[in-house]
Amino acid sequence: MQPPVGLLKPLSAPNPHRLPSTVARDDEHLLVAAAKRGDTHAFEELVNRYEAKIFRLTMNITRNREDAEDAMQDAFLKSYSHLKDFQEDSRFYTWLVRIAANEALMRLRKRRPNQFSLDEPIEGDEDLMPRELEDWGPSPEQRFAQTEMHEILSEAIDHLEPDFRVVFVLRDVEELSTEETAKVVGISVPAVKSRLLRARLKLRQKLNRYFRQGGAN
Amino acid sequence: MNCKGVIREISDYIDGELDLSVKQELERHLEHCGECKMVVDQTRLTVDVFCDSKPVELPGEVKSRLHDALRRKLQEKSV
Repeated sequence: MQPPVGLLKPLSAPNPHRLPSTVARDDEHLLVAAAKRGDTHAFEELVNRYEAKIFRLTMNITRNREDAEDAMQDAFLKSYSHLKDFQEDSRFYTWLVRIAANEALMRLRKRRPNQFSLDEPIEGDEDLMPRELEDWGPSPEQRFAQTEMHEILSEAIDHLEPDFRVVFVLRDVEELSTEETAKVVGISVPAVKSRLLRARLKLRQKLNRYFRQGGAN
Repeated sequence: MNCKGVIREISDYIDGELDLSVKQELERHLEHCGECKMVVDQTRLTVDVFCDSKPVELPGEVKSRLHDALRRKLQEKSV
């Protein structure tokens, strides 16, 4: 059985307790420069390098396989068409993430026009208070096999409302900055922070079912 | 700071974005509130497990369709 499309290691690390990711290989800028000069093999290498991550991103945003595939394809094709416009003062992958996130968001808004909002959340603080506080034990990450963990994370994120999911994916999985996330999604920085807080608390609650001592029963 | 205040600040605390005085106030609360400490630790772990999960290989048929589309685009450009 094909494991669910999962979530993966990100780029830069906004969280101080995390070390910077090494996803970017040192030769990325060389490949980009060669691709800009018309070297199609260099561009293909960039695609090979990032296709799984971009598909994971579009899948995480749309939660629809057909939309995710279309968004991924269009992101790569657009990045190729606009490669000459890419300013090399940022990472190619970060630029690609922005394009792919926009493609995925467009499809999400089209499919679920009433489920994705640009407004500030109207929920009060009361809903934030955590329920179901149980000990997770010393290291839940080691209790599950990789495939099992992917299924757990996929299910948890699948049940998160699109408003929260999109912000969480861009900010915590792709590790865009709060400002970059706000720009991509088209909401304010305080709205990103508010949605991120809610997303993290909701996901903690969902994971509690699996990670608490004694498992999912 | 009470429990509600901790929950409101939990994201900025995890991200290291709290002002020093607020951070110290929050940490004083955590010293005597086991429940809030549990929520902070579990929320941090929640972020970490998503962030650290390994990539899943692109399904074969999805990869083929992507590369076919790409090849068409590259040929189109080179004509």
